[in-house]
Amino acid sequence: MSILKKLRSWEGFLSLILVSVILVNALNSESFLSIDNQINIFELSIEKIIVALVMVFIILNAEIDLSVASMMGLSACVLGWLVESGTPMILALGLCLIIGALGGAFNGFWITVFKLPSLVVTLAMLIGFRGLARVLVEDRSIRVFPPWFEALGQQPLLGPFPLSMLLFFSLLVLVVIILQYTGLGRYVYFIGINQNVALYSGVNVTKVKMFLFTASGLISALAGIIFAARLGSVRGDMGLSFELDIITMVLLGGVSIFGGSGTIYGVILSIFIVLYLRNGMSLSNITGHVQTGVIGGLLILSVLIPNLQKMIQEFWSRHRRSI
Amino acid sequence: MNGLLHKLRPERLRELVLLLLIFVVLLFFSTVIEYYLNARLFNRVSTSVAIMGVLAIGQTLVVLTRNIDLSVGSMVGFTAYFVGQQLSQNNEITPLVAIFMAIGVGALMGGFNGFLVAFCRIPAIIVTLGTMALYRTLLVEYSDAQTVLTVNLPQWLLDLPRFNVLSYERLHLRLMVAGMLVVVILFQLSLRYTSFGRKLYAVGSNPEAARNSGFPNRKIIFTAFVMCGALAGLTGFMYLARFGNITVVAGSGLELKSVAAVVVGGVNIFGGSGSIFGAVLGAVIIDLLENSLIRWLQISEFWRDAMLGILILASVATDSVIMKRFRDYRLKKLAQMNS
Repeated sequence: MSILKKLRSWEGFLSLILVSVILVNALNSESFLSIDNQINIFELSIEKIIVALVMVFIILNAEIDLSVASMMGLSACVLGWLVESGTPMILALGLCLIIGALGGAFNGFWITVFKLPSLVVTLAMLIGFRGLARVLVEDRSIRVFPPWFEALGQQPLLGPFPLSMLLFFSLLVLVVIILQYTGLGRYVYFIGINQNVALYSGVNVTKVKMFLFTASGLISALAGIIFAARLGSVRGDMGLSFELDIITMVLLGGVSIFGGSGTIYGVILSIFIVLYLRNGMSLSNITGHVQTGVIGGLLILSVLIPNLQKMIQEFWSRHRRSI
Repeated sequence: MNGLLHKLRPERLRELVLLLLIFVVLLFFSTVIEYYLNARLFNRVSTSVAIMGVLAIGQTLVVLTRNIDLSVGSMVGFTAYFVGQQLSQNNEITPLVAIFMAIGVGALMGGFNGFLVAFCRIPAIIVTLGTMALYRTLLVEYSDAQTVLTVNLPQWLLDLPRFNVLSYERLHLRLMVAGMLVVVILFQLSLRYTSFGRKLYAVGSNPEAARNSGFPNRKIIFTAFVMCGALAGLTGFMYLARFGNITVVAGSGLELKSVAAVVVGGVNIFGGSGSIFGAVLGAVIIDLLENSLIRWLQISEFWRDAMLGILILASVATDSVIMKRFRDYRLKKLAQMNS
């Protein structure tokens, strides 16, 4: 009974989908389950899944950050531009992270002080950050990084894992700990459920939101650096429309767009699903454009299915009452 | 002055401020750019506003009901391609049929958005972010990576962008601009005076109250999305006429520009207030600034996006801070007069 109950939860549903995706992929291609392919799958989307971890907090808080992909592009372009104009690599990396944190805090400022909806603020900065990135790099492609930086982005560091994956896993552990075992994690859920109640209960809502948006900017900048290291060059359109994948991963993971509910475990499952789906589609020669379309459809379905479930339940309870 | 101010409706004040701003922008650039104020500026800006304006009207309808449509760019691209391809395969299709085809295809796609938002209760941002990708994929699949070429299009369509309704010396009122003006007036009046228009405002300003007063909220939101799609379809037709060559990326980026026009035009992003006229003025300002800044030598065209982002943020901030204060002031003043 308890196993059946678990299967009926969203996480159970996701596990079933994940198992079937793995089965189909493994039957389609023998190399799918090999360690090399697994690492490759993760590495190809490592920037997205790193940012998805922070997006979980933002959406749990009943906000949204659409500017993450543009911030990724901006930090990569700033890095390229700084190194090209002769800044030492370490200093340039530090500056990039600072710009990321400042950009995130800028979003947070308008959202908390002016009480503007995060949707509009981050939509504006989606255009704004991308615009700045284009101003810096124009339509060139900059390829100036020292060999050690590119090696760090492309070669395995510890066993088969490159640095970016180690970063992802340590960040994942950190996120699980913060969300499940600290006061901040509880506050994030609390604010998401009812911001006013949280405010009147003495939670410093402004501080929590500022922290989350700053962290979002910082991690997006970090993801941009990782992206630059992996590709070895930067361009103005790096990471264009990554926000679609990132938000899809979080929402498919069962985090409610209205905030306050969802677990990190669901998001981990959905990250696997999205990555394996994309990989499976690539293995069967489906083009990138169609893949994006499938992800878009998945985004709608991930909210549609729970909604339909609720509507059917409501319908039945009304029906039963009328009898 | 103080006695008169409260008689202005907030929307009117916003429109006046925008008109003033347009005037200031014109004045400023005419001092820094030589031969700035001429017929070519008017012709160029008015033609590109014709396209943005129609799209902004559709976006306004949706934003008024507290929703947002991010898929308009993909809808414009798809209809432009679809109609373009039909026309190049069959040059016999009459203009009217082509226009209705565009509107119909757009309405269909808008209807899909509206159905998911209104009847399946999925937030508009999620639905339209998804359909933005879906419609674009549809276009890529449908087109098979082929491009609609100008040479295959019928002659009347190619002549359309340069067809003038009125001409005064070298000032031309293009047919497309006139068409946009007709649509603007039509929607401005119907929002103000028809029950459909008032219902849009009611649903946007307080959905709960609207429901309790017996308004069919879902139907209204659904209709808003259908109309937005239809107007995006019409925009797609105009896009096709203006550019001729349509690739699979046609219209991408228009969704952000339309949201920018609407927000700069003073339509409240929380729904319930704003006017069509304001949104079109917003489109005019954005286009005028883009056109002028590029001609103003010091600024590269890459600044355009950065500027657009700042412009959106600034107008939303003024809306939430200054206009809110003005609304409160006006309500207080009116209450005093009534008592």
